[in-house]
Amino acid sequence: MTAFLTVNNLSAALHGYEQRVLRSVSFSIDTGEVLGLVGESGAGKSMIGKAILGILPSAVDIIEGEILLDGQDLEKMKPADRRRLIGATAALIPQDPLTALNPSRRIEPQITNRLVDILGWTKSAARVRALELLNEVHIDNPERVMASYPHELSGGMRQRVLIASAFAANPKLVVADEPTTALDVTVQKQILRLIRELQARHSTAMVFVTHDLGVVSKVCQRLSVLYGGKIVENSSVADFFDGPKHAYSRALLAATPKYTDPEASLLPVDEAVIEAVAAEVLAADREWRHGG
Amino acid sequence: MKLLRAILVRLMTMSVTLIGAAVVVFFVIRVVPGNPIAMMLPPGATEDDVARLTALYGLDKSIIEQFWIWLTGVVQGDFGTSISLRQPVMPLVLGRLPATLELAIFALVIAVVLGGALALTGVRHRETRTETAVDVANGVGLSIPDFLWALILIVLFGVLMPVFHISGRISPSLDLPFVTQFYVFESVARLRFDLWWDLLKHMFMPALALAIPLAAIISQLLKQSLKETMHLDYVTLSRTKGYGENHVILSEALPNAVLPTLTLIGVQFTFLIGGTVIIERLFSYEGLGNMAIDAVINRDLPLIQGIVIVFALLFTLINLAVDMMYALLNPRLRHA
Repeated sequence: MTAFLTVNNLSAALHGYEQRVLRSVSFSIDTGEVLGLVGESGAGKSMIGKAILGILPSAVDIIEGEILLDGQDLEKMKPADRRRLIGATAALIPQDPLTALNPSRRIEPQITNRLVDILGWTKSAARVRALELLNEVHIDNPERVMASYPHELSGGMRQRVLIASAFAANPKLVVADEPTTALDVTVQKQILRLIRELQARHSTAMVFVTHDLGVVSKVCQRLSVLYGGKIVENSSVADFFDGPKHAYSRALLAATPKYTDPEASLLPVDEAVIEAVAAEVLAADREWRHGG
Repeated sequence: MKLLRAILVRLMTMSVTLIGAAVVVFFVIRVVPGNPIAMMLPPGATEDDVARLTALYGLDKSIIEQFWIWLTGVVQGDFGTSISLRQPVMPLVLGRLPATLELAIFALVIAVVLGGALALTGVRHRETRTETAVDVANGVGLSIPDFLWALILIVLFGVLMPVFHISGRISPSLDLPFVTQFYVFESVARLRFDLWWDLLKHMFMPALALAIPLAAIISQLLKQSLKETMHLDYVTLSRTKGYGENHVILSEALPNAVLPTLTLIGVQFTFLIGGTVIIERLFSYEGLGNMAIDAVINRDLPLIQGIVIVFALLFTLINLAVDMMYALLNPRLRHA
């Protein structure tokens, strides 16, 4: 089976700087597979998601490597074609449902606009599809929600709407960028279950960006651990939780809060481990500079 | 029911504002030195003449009494008689108001179109030289006041390249079929585009002079709020859906970014109407502002009062319109 998304040797840097923020990142995802990207804040996990969806900030340049979406190299495409391909085959579940919906528009067009404007559906067909999706995300009163404005819905409801909107065009790839971070704990669980459910039903390839290893164990099949924009470990979820190979991954896993013993686990990652992984990243940088 | 209450509250606050304006203008112009009676009589008039005329205009009564007489008249729609023109104030003011309204609205349209276009261009090409050029244009527009723009325009398009008329509202040689004072609107309604064109050629420079500073403020604020909005999550999300830059700016960012600009336009539009006083004088445009200056020069107290009250009413109506538009465009306020 060929991978739907392949990222090859992707490096990115801030405009005008030599220092890389993504360091030769490579991975691929098959249809129906969920890959977790984990790491601390600033490790570059969201940056990868943004690169795939073509929404990198203008200050960040891709300096090397390729992103193959459905076999097509995004970097080699014309911007308009790239936008269309991404819009038609990929989707984003954003981090903060409170800011990801346009406050001055009703819910309905925010779900259907991609179908109508980009994919050329009729308005009525798109509306039927939106109702169907709102049912799929277990919204009881889809008609009313479609006619609502975002401020009339709770955070959990808005995230459901955004998930429905993400799956509207039957995407082959969904990037979930910490989709539960902004929600409270009880809602988090429902939303995770929902994302998992829709992903399985539509056999979507999914990139799941998170810093929560607990979430990874529930949602993903494979994961990549990032430090400083470099993947330090690729592993299947089962192997990882049996015992990560990399020292940094082990430290990260040890730092995950446990409900049984909250005090003991709230420890920062050991400094020696950080130094070691930072040295590894710099060594890789040197090697890359000599190679390129 | 709720709406009715809101309207009632609104009308109350509006009338308080108007009464406040009435009190201030009535007493302030009487504190300022100068005597309207002295302006009316020829040199060598006797004490007797002065006393008779003073009594005729009620100026021998106490100020409080005068105020009461004037206010009861105003409530019934009688603003008194102009001292210098010897005609009832209201018909005079209403006769001139349409000319000023047309000028102000034309200026507002120019300002919104110009300012909006500049802001959108600046955002579409942000962080390039084009944006810098927009910033420079905004700076120049803002740092030169409207009356100086008027002089610059007169020199440019009235003297060096005479394409527009520099004086009056309409060419005096034309026959006017108009029954209202809204010449521009009526000329369109009557399909008399020759007259319409002549009116525009007279209005263009004063309107542009009034519009340039406002356009610069609109452009500056709208560009800023657009740029902030462009970083918000829902804008980014719409990019992932396959939309291009133009759609993202116009349909996602603009409806939200325009709200603060709208409030600003409301406030600035009242300043613009205030600016018509000087601009109309410079272009000899026969509007309310020009009449106001004559009224002040002639110490025509009832006329000044009448003009100020009409301006105050206009300002409160503009504020009302802005609030209503705001509620219309911002769903979060609609049910409040």
